[in-house]
Amino acid sequence: MPKHHVTTTINGEPVEYLCEPQQTMLDVLRDELGLTGSKEGCSSGDCGACTIIVDGNIVCSCLMLGAEANGRSITTIEGVADGERLHPVQQKFLEHAALQCGFCTPGLIVAAKALLDENKNPTEEETRYWLAGNLCRCTGYDKIIRAVLDAAAVMRGEAR
Amino acid sequence: MAADGGFKVVGTRPIRPDGVDKVTGRANFGADMTMPGMIWGKVKRSPHAHARIVSIKSDKAAALPGVKAVVTAADFPHIASEEAFMGEGPMNFRDLSHNCMARGKVLYEGHAVAAVAATTQAIADHALDLIEVEYEVLPHVIDVEAAMADGAPLLHDDLFTAGVDPKPTQPSNVAKKITFAKGNAAEGFKEAEVVIERRYSTKPVHQAYIEPHACVVAVAADGQVTIWSSSQGQFMVRAYCAKLLGIDIADIRAIPSEIGGGFGGKTLVYLEPLALALSKKSGRPVKMVMSREEVFRATGPAAGSVIEVKLGAKKDGRIVAADLVLKYQAGAFPGSPVGPGCMCGFAMYDIPNVNIVGYDVVSNRPKVAAYRAPGAPNSSFGVESCLDELARELKIDPLRLREINAAKDGTKAAHGPTFVNIGYLQTVEAAKNHPHYKIPLGPNQGRGVASGFWFNIGGESSAACHINEDGTATIVEGNPDIGGSRAGMAMMAAEVLGIPYERVRPVVGDTASIGFTFLTGGSRVTFATGMAVTQAAQKVVEQLKARAAMIWDISPEAVEWKDGKAFPAGSNAGSFEPLSLADIALKSGRTGGPISAEVSINAQGAGPGFATHICDVEIDRETGHVKILRYTAVQDVGRAIHPSYVEGQIQGGVTQGIGWALNEEYIYDKDGRLENPGFLDYRVPVASDLPMIDAIMVEVPNPRHPFGARGVGEVPIVPPMAAVANAIADAIGARMRDLPMSPPRVLEALDGDEPPRMAAE
Repeated sequence: MPKHHVTTTINGEPVEYLCEPQQTMLDVLRDELGLTGSKEGCSSGDCGACTIIVDGNIVCSCLMLGAEANGRSITTIEGVADGERLHPVQQKFLEHAALQCGFCTPGLIVAAKALLDENKNPTEEETRYWLAGNLCRCTGYDKIIRAVLDAAAVMRGEAR
Repeated sequence: MAADGGFKVVGTRPIRPDGVDKVTGRANFGADMTMPGMIWGKVKRSPHAHARIVSIKSDKAAALPGVKAVVTAADFPHIASEEAFMGEGPMNFRDLSHNCMARGKVLYEGHAVAAVAATTQAIADHALDLIEVEYEVLPHVIDVEAAMADGAPLLHDDLFTAGVDPKPTQPSNVAKKITFAKGNAAEGFKEAEVVIERRYSTKPVHQAYIEPHACVVAVAADGQVTIWSSSQGQFMVRAYCAKLLGIDIADIRAIPSEIGGGFGGKTLVYLEPLALALSKKSGRPVKMVMSREEVFRATGPAAGSVIEVKLGAKKDGRIVAADLVLKYQAGAFPGSPVGPGCMCGFAMYDIPNVNIVGYDVVSNRPKVAAYRAPGAPNSSFGVESCLDELARELKIDPLRLREINAAKDGTKAAHGPTFVNIGYLQTVEAAKNHPHYKIPLGPNQGRGVASGFWFNIGGESSAACHINEDGTATIVEGNPDIGGSRAGMAMMAAEVLGIPYERVRPVVGDTASIGFTFLTGGSRVTFATGMAVTQAAQKVVEQLKARAAMIWDISPEAVEWKDGKAFPAGSNAGSFEPLSLADIALKSGRTGGPISAEVSINAQGAGPGFATHICDVEIDRETGHVKILRYTAVQDVGRAIHPSYVEGQIQGGVTQGIGWALNEEYIYDKDGRLENPGFLDYRVPVASDLPMIDAIMVEVPNPRHPFGARGVGEVPIVPPMAAVANAIADAIGARMRDLPMSPPRVLEALDGDEPPRMAAE
């Protein structure tokens, strides 16, 4: 089968690639484009370690085909920080020790960023349900939830 | 937050040194590595729970264009039966070899029978389909008591129960019987005024680290091997691969990747020996990554178990006698954690008469691997549930009952040691005094408490401290950092050197860059490797003082080190401006050369860890769903080096315990095939399942560690199962003695009457 030629935008930059028809977006990111920040934990959409943002919506990149990216705009963990400046969610993950092994962290940060893009003042319960698709086996989520709520306060200008 | 204990760095909460890499996606985990010319390895696995391998035909697979190598057991040397202690708990090298690649028989569904390496993953997958394996299917056995029964299908013809007299003449699935005794339990029960005897069971659960096993292995033409892999110990990977492939240890360099969780499950090798054999055969670097399904079918899990507990007490609550019988699943090869299970069950209590018997039992499941306090959660679920039943019978507050029977300094534990500097009672008292214990409960709500114990270990560790020309320091240590331990290492070094934490950079060295270090496990890293780091930094301080003495032309004894600077010790030593670490580092070339030290130790004196937890639940009587309303975990942590990561260990351990209690289990069909090998059907706790988890740190410093640290990672998983079960019993009046307490089982418990009491008197 011939490869697909895809023209897309990833982390604000134009990107072109060839991919197999059956190749997932996650495999394209990791194996073709060298963007290994998105992780594979299950390849069935259950763990969220491969979470990316596609045209404003969070998607498990293991459930999306590479060919589907054509004409879309994609944000991966590599595009969350603004150059050297960390996103408030990233900064608060560090300050709250909201990661232990760090493997689920990219997916959680991308999902949390998408939450705060949509809802400036989520409750603890809203945050817990939004992140229910991102498994973390290390932390018990306590510090993750605190980090996201604190990041929201920073983005509202209510905290530093 | 102010540092405690007069320390400047220890006890504060700085940002971890590897943090930015991990929040930006730059950290390299097992599957993130590529090498030039790399090809992909895949494993052919058994579809049967138990079968004889009649033949393996791989010529069609080998002939497929793009396939570079196929290996089976025939490509691995025969290994003699020999006990190894490289992992967490004993492992037999022959069994490990046979677990990595089946020889003669497959012993569980998912057991590896062959592996291929090809230029693409798709070709490798296709090649697996072309490998023809002929099996003679054998009867299988899954459950532990069925495996112990007379006439059960035998996994190993040469396995005879150890620890029984006379030595058996017939093979058995019971690999070992172990016993511990203190006093005379039979006599003790005669003194008892109340006796409670109960049977409990737990299902196997997986460690469920989110990162599947992954490695890249390259064998050069001269036989030199480079292994990049995600594991809890690069020295463990090196030793196992050397043994299984018959290679000199010095010919292997094992590089630890970042590790995406392990919890004990990455204290063994699965892929590395296969990738090594494939690389040797193909002459190409080989990458192997497990799918989640393979992780479930072929790695871990923790043992399932049957726990029989008998407690005899006086009416005032004093426990006078206790019996414990443990039957633990080892999986396909001997080596369940029944030993620590036996030792941890009653370790919290001062009981004069104790009898403990444990059975290590093989069955047609994946070989169990360590999982956080291996063995202790099972036995403690039984003992701590039974203690709650006793408290109800005696109408004594369950924390008060624990206070009455608590082990203290000087208590001789049933498994041998006499405790010193332990903080168990302090955890019970802190729990009793916590506001959580006094919050009123509503309808269908209940409160449970439970305690736990874990030994914590020390062992062999190495660390180096190098002073750089600009006055910064580099720390090299040998333990993969699984939960932020690098921060602790840098903090301890900064404290000793007297320089800011940010001026110390820690790295995890490969097997050629640092001395031997036992793996990350047993809650040993902050204790043992922390001790090595501290001693290396202390040696460096001695060198810094000697260099200052040389510059000042005074005796080294006349130099003091304080706040990162050398001072003359009193006016007799002379009058000199202090020299900072940076001043001395800059001149090191002229005062004797580089300043650095490496320390290798066998750390002794890890202080045991005790915990007491309080759990509140609310039961939905229509669905059987158990909601965790509140959770407070009190733990003696010795001294928290980085309190945030200590809290994190406690919160994470509790959450794993809640999953074990409420949802997680392996489900097999009648043919012995696992029916739920994915995160959809094997349900680990998600964010919306949980409240905040209040981690309360009690600090009873461990005098054997320079800063008082105890291991903290393991004991938090020990109490939750009983704490949840006790809370459910409090809420609905029904006692659940079999895990998991999933909604269908809770509904059954709600529908039925409480099971009859077996021996309540």
